[in-house]
Amino acid sequence: MNPILSFENVSYHYPGAERPALDGVSLELHPGELCLLASLSGHGKSTLLRAASGLVPHFYGGRFAGTVRLGGLDTREHGPARLGAIAGALFQDPETQLVTSSVRAELSLSLESRGHGPTAVARGVEEVALALGIDALLSRSVHELSGGEQQRVALAAALAGGPSVLLLDEPTSQLDPVAGDELIGLLRRLNQEWETTILLAEHRLERCLSVADRVIALDRGRIAHDGDPASFLDWAGEAAPDLQTPGAKLFALSGLRPLPVGVRQARASLREQGLLISSGGVPAADGEASSPRGSTRRLGGAHRAAAATGSRGSAEALRMRGVWHEIRDGPAILRGVELRMKAGESVALMGRNGAGKSTLLRHLAGLLEPSRGRIECAGRVALLLQNPGDYFVHERVSDETSPQALAAAGLAPLAARNPRDLSGGERQRLALAIVAGDGEAPAVLALDEPTRGMDRAAKRELAGILRARAGTGQAVIVATHDPEFAAACADRAVLMADGRVIADGSASELLAGGWYFATETSRILGGAGGALLPEQGAELLRRGVALEAVA
Amino acid sequence: MALGTSAFFYRRLASPLHATRAGVGATWALALTAATIILFHPLLLLAMAVAVIAAGMASGVGPALARSACTAAIVAVPIVAVNVLVSRQGLTVFARLGDLGPFGQGNLTVEAAAYGAVIALKLSLLIFITTLASLTVDPDELLRALRRLSFRSALTASLSTRMIPLLAADSQRVAEAQRTRPGGAPGGARGRVALLAAILAGSLDRAMDVAATLELRGFAAARLQRPSRRSPALSRSRGRVSRFSRHDIAFTCSAAAVLALALVGRIGGSAGFRAYPLLDVRIGAQTLALCAALMAAILLPFCDRRGIEP
Repeated sequence: MNPILSFENVSYHYPGAERPALDGVSLELHPGELCLLASLSGHGKSTLLRAASGLVPHFYGGRFAGTVRLGGLDTREHGPARLGAIAGALFQDPETQLVTSSVRAELSLSLESRGHGPTAVARGVEEVALALGIDALLSRSVHELSGGEQQRVALAAALAGGPSVLLLDEPTSQLDPVAGDELIGLLRRLNQEWETTILLAEHRLERCLSVADRVIALDRGRIAHDGDPASFLDWAGEAAPDLQTPGAKLFALSGLRPLPVGVRQARASLREQGLLISSGGVPAADGEASSPRGSTRRLGGAHRAAAATGSRGSAEALRMRGVWHEIRDGPAILRGVELRMKAGESVALMGRNGAGKSTLLRHLAGLLEPSRGRIECAGRVALLLQNPGDYFVHERVSDETSPQALAAAGLAPLAARNPRDLSGGERQRLALAIVAGDGEAPAVLALDEPTRGMDRAAKRELAGILRARAGTGQAVIVATHDPEFAAACADRAVLMADGRVIADGSASELLAGGWYFATETSRILGGAGGALLPEQGAELLRRGVALEAVA
Repeated sequence: MALGTSAFFYRRLASPLHATRAGVGATWALALTAATIILFHPLLLLAMAVAVIAAGMASGVGPALARSACTAAIVAVPIVAVNVLVSRQGLTVFARLGDLGPFGQGNLTVEAAAYGAVIALKLSLLIFITTLASLTVDPDELLRALRRLSFRSALTASLSTRMIPLLAADSQRVAEAQRTRPGGAPGGARGRVALLAAILAGSLDRAMDVAATLELRGFAAARLQRPSRRSPALSRSRGRVSRFSRHDIAFTCSAAAVLALALVGRIGGSAGFRAYPLLDVRIGAQTLALCAALMAAILLPFCDRRGIEP
């Protein structure tokens, strides 16, 4: 079978860059394959997708060597416009991928651009809208759509021309867990029913590894591994632990094999090995079967003690009393929110897009005034908004904040750099240093979706920073869609829906009992023991294994 | 973002005006604009203003029109004040400012105030009509019609309308981020310039991303492509699709009626108004009838609310 996409010894330097973004890349992708691209940030995933679509080098310039063929066309001879008929592309930020004002116009655009007549355009729009379940949105303005809806419309626009290949660059990074899972399910359906070839770059591999046929891992622009998901997990365990999924890490730490590509396989494997009882729980250390969902029993070191009520102090850092945010001639975004935080407590704020998380944080920082209710704080609230780039107004890192704040953030060596040239993790640290300041420490540190587009290493580093700040007595509240990050940085979790707090409890209670707002470890273990992270789960399993062995 | 920046942009709502095709809606707005330019009688202009505001309310965009009234007031008040100060043609003096040197005697007249008020009313009405049209006429549909003439120009115009809310949202976001700095946003001229540069840099990034998306959607290929020839089946289907809806017919009739009434008023003399040298505003049965007819012509299409849901 002829490959639909091939790279032959491709190397590429962005204009002015010394290091190649792609370095001798050779690969072939065949029709109907669903291939996952994995790497840390800045190691070439996006560049590879741009090269496949022809944007590199036609749009971005730079030095290009080797040959990329898409549908038999050499991308050096054919530009993105021509190649776009073969490959549709979907990138991270849905807002910049919607270029007209209404959904119908958006879906029509690529068909009209390619000279299709009115009937073909109308039929194409109708079909792709029905296929993606967005027919009800056709008359809507793109301004009114939620993030998830925008991403679906952008995907539909990419598919409208009936491309054979889909190139996707972290399409779920801005979506809540529900919308993210829906999108991955949709991609799988497109792949299976339409035989669309999919090349998908993702950081949260646990979300999509189970649907992939193949995984290509990149390291500094070179292909470091190319194989099926199971072989990728074995390789990652040895060579790139930061690319390992939580489920695989759980098994590796427990000494179990094979490493699972998804929750279903992990549970089947545990069941086969007698570690999973029929009710879905895990044999516990004391020999009792745990409840499958919402278990809060404390087992060994797996459960973080004194989590829900704040462990490091009893002083109240923050209190929201019946806070409402009602928009004139619009909806109520917050509906009587009650929230208390103690000094040194760290809270993960979770919920679907539009649940009211960002609005709540804006109220804490005084960017918004409640239409009803009161907010009391023990001191200053430092708020880090979603896009760290919005804080940078100078040409040099050293001009953005004081030397002390830079040193505290570990950014002193980068003082002479332009803030916009920093890596994702460094930008986040600089923005955090800016809002935290170097004077009086904030009583509350609030962060709105700080892990968007971050790889696992950068997330781990940020979680460590937040833990350290909580350790100094600051109350930390983080709005996040990422349950793994929430589990790593927070003791307590608050779930919001429709402007209300619908659940508030210890992280091990809240993130272990559900499906969407739950870590992979807890989903594999059915919420047993409140274990959220692979290390906690592994401890539980090791004890379970020992018990099995004795039995 | 959506609530903050989309208030002045088109949204499909359940109203007869939204339910018309964009070409008809635009034609209706153009007819109102022409009538505003043709007419000078303050009562007729006032009647039109009331009718346009009522039309805005019937279209569900009343709050946005109310906000545009603030803009209108900002424009109207200086016009009246300047005309009173500079016009020397009126005879009925209501205040004397004495000798103003090179500007002569500062006599403020009723006629100058009245003429200034009429011009201000006309401008305010034009602002209302423009606002109403921008909120109720689908720009994409309108520009799609223009694409037959020039695909690239139409798409560029369409993109501009998309970029405005995007950049407004970006600016709002950056401003919000700067407010969360411990010392607030950078102050002074240098700080403001830095802030502006940051917003500009962000907007350039945005423009690059949008341009990349356009490349992938085949925009660059548009000039090379010609729409495929219509098949007989297509011609038949176009004939069926292009049939005017009840709302299209109603607003087309309304546009014709408004234009005809304005011309009748102007040519027939029942809309007569003279400001200088003495104020002459004739208000007779004909004028009142014309007022009623204009209001009815503008508002009657809004009475039929069948089939208006998006």
